[in-house]
Amino acid sequence: MDAPDYFHFFGLDPRLTLDSADLETRFYRLSRQLHPDRHAQAAPAERDRALEASAILNDAYRTLRDPVARAEYQLKRQGFEPTKEVPAELLDEVFDLNLALEELRAGDASVRPRLQAARDRFRALLAESDAALERLFAAYDQAPGPATLAPIRAALNRRKYISNLVQQVESESPS
Amino acid sequence: MSSVFQIDFGGSQPEPVVGIDLGTTNSLVAYMDLTGPKVVPGQDGGHLVPSVVHAGDGAPLVGNSARQMLIDDPERTVYSVKRLMGRGLADVEKEAALFPFRFAEGSESVLRLRLGDRTFTPPEISAFILLQLKRNAEAFLGRAVNRAVVTVPAYFNDAQRQATKDAGRIAGLDVLRLVNEPTAASLAYGLDKRRDGIVAVYDLGGGTFDISILKIRDGIFEVLATNGDTRLGGDDIDNHLLRIALQDIHSEWGLDLARNGSAVQLLRRAVIEAKERLSTVPLTTIQLDYQGRSYRRELTRDQFEALVRGIVDRTLGPCRNCLKDAGVAVEQIDEVVLVGGSTRIPLVRQAVENLFRARPHTELNPEEVVALGAAVQAGILTGDVPDKLLLDVTPLSLGIETLGGIASKIVHRNSTIPASATEVFTTAVDGQRNVLIHVVQGERELVKDCRSLARFDLQGIDPLPAGAPRIEVRFLIDANGILSVTARDQRTGKEHSVEVKPSYGLTDDQVEAMIRDSIERAAEDFSERQVREARLEADTILAAIEKARAGEAWLEMTAQEAAAIEQALNELLTVYCSDDHALIRAHIEKLNQATLHLAEIMMNTAVRDALKGTQI
Repeated sequence: MDAPDYFHFFGLDPRLTLDSADLETRFYRLSRQLHPDRHAQAAPAERDRALEASAILNDAYRTLRDPVARAEYQLKRQGFEPTKEVPAELLDEVFDLNLALEELRAGDASVRPRLQAARDRFRALLAESDAALERLFAAYDQAPGPATLAPIRAALNRRKYISNLVQQVESESPS
Repeated sequence: MSSVFQIDFGGSQPEPVVGIDLGTTNSLVAYMDLTGPKVVPGQDGGHLVPSVVHAGDGAPLVGNSARQMLIDDPERTVYSVKRLMGRGLADVEKEAALFPFRFAEGSESVLRLRLGDRTFTPPEISAFILLQLKRNAEAFLGRAVNRAVVTVPAYFNDAQRQATKDAGRIAGLDVLRLVNEPTAASLAYGLDKRRDGIVAVYDLGGGTFDISILKIRDGIFEVLATNGDTRLGGDDIDNHLLRIALQDIHSEWGLDLARNGSAVQLLRRAVIEAKERLSTVPLTTIQLDYQGRSYRRELTRDQFEALVRGIVDRTLGPCRNCLKDAGVAVEQIDEVVLVGGSTRIPLVRQAVENLFRARPHTELNPEEVVALGAAVQAGILTGDVPDKLLLDVTPLSLGIETLGGIASKIVHRNSTIPASATEVFTTAVDGQRNVLIHVVQGERELVKDCRSLARFDLQGIDPLPAGAPRIEVRFLIDANGILSVTARDQRTGKEHSVEVKPSYGLTDDQVEAMIRDSIERAAEDFSERQVREARLEADTILAAIEKARAGEAWLEMTAQEAAAIEQALNELLTVYCSDDHALIRAHIEKLNQATLHLAEIMMNTAVRDALKGTQI
């Protein structure tokens, strides 16, 4: 079985800006058609097909409803593999953060304000990169092609890095 | 065109699909009729069948009769078997101390309960309960029942779900669907009729706790997230009170009753009754009379709440995590539904109200709502309930073991099911013929901190240099939340056979063997049982008439009425020994009709007597 085209499955063009309410309506309508519970009285072969189709539908919805997963999906299909580069401009701040976290673990509570400041800063950066992604998505939808996808690859790498930082600082110093 | 109420005598109705709540403490079976879901009454008329099984010398007892055996023959009586489903010996060490039965050798991956000189696995014990429910439904509906929807805690893992399905197979029930208990409850409430919105279902049962958050829109019940604890429930409260009472008695009498099965079960019943009373009154007494000695301990609701607050508070963490996973703020919750007997405890209700800042729904009996919802789900499967659809999620992330004992997540928790993931595997050494994939469930990073689910052995790989084979493995979680794995060679397109070695639970062959061995099932003959049950019913009415003959009411009837009863009674006695259950039932009904006036007179007499009795 070849990998199904999630956009096609939903009757959509491969666009990165999606109306989530419309996507949900399509998801519910397709679920009513495909879900195994709708085929419980059918022959085993049809039940298997419903199970398979419904699994693909759910996988597709999970991917497309989340902007980041949606973009990753499209990038992968177009041959852009994820990379692990560290955004150079953040290196100093990350160094500071790790220092503060180590001091906290060593029992020094006085670094808390520094951690909170770092947390707020990274959260702001995350919001910033989300906004940047939205602009890049719109640009891609205007003119789909490698030229508009490449900056999205870079922006997603950066966003992933920042998102990991936010998670790290949130788990170490709960608000 | 035929009317909706026209009864189909042709027997062409499709076989019913019932809904079963296989609970830790009590089990129920429900069905759909034209007006909605209904609970099937048991042999004694009550709705709840205690989930207790006594495996003595004769046929196993289930329900209230088995409950009595907890005291008379505790070593061969099993309760709360649901807590043992899909578990290994190491999982239950802590709770095993208070169970009256012992585990047999070889219980590491599947528990084997030693009851007298026989051993049973938890699915076999559960199968006895399912069989009883199946029979109750057949007696009540007058039709064979072979298909069911069975509920499980939302937080049940794959092994626990598989064990429940195995129990159904052993009982001769085709389990069309496992449905999560909180989700079932939301169906029973018909919340979709009121309005679209976000609903939280808080389900604290006898042995398990679940919290689910759903979005309801146009008849679609979409679970956003679920969380819980499969070893947290009313049982924990009972055990806590029981330990305290045992200590009390030890210090008062200088006698340790903990090893005395009967005494422990008597005391267990006493603390459960005290717990239940404290839901309605502020003060009660735990009482035990045992071998001429008597234990009394007063317990106020305040004291009780102080004792169990820790247990109740353990439900709050999962609730908060569930909100977070659902991406829902407390303020967005439109309705809260309470499920499970333990939600009758005022402290629990208060904790839920405080957390969700909403007064929870309690209109439906919290002990029946899950079975009712299972019946609605059965209706969805048969097409009788065309407007609703449930989209549930998998409660735990699915991972595969990778280098260094890391659990690499391939399906994340709270993914809508059915869900799937595809991974490509290869070989590590030249000529390798098979690949072993270790699948785990859980949220932790390391395999050792997750729950081992199974090892899948991909066989028949062509001998090639290391890294050359490309085997595409598809992991599929079905609508029941149960995993299956298929594999194929990317190069040749050839399907590989996959041998499943479950870490906890029975293999397919073991279940098949149990089905073959099940003497209960061999002796099972629906029509024979119907005849037996019709005769039992005849016995009941005949006995009632004999009793009435001695009473005043009999004299108040006209001679014709008395003669009609005599005639109908004689006719029933004539057909009593026939093998035609319909004929026996027809004459029972005829006798019933003949005694209508007698029953009325007796009722009036009873009311008159009762009124006299209250006059001072």
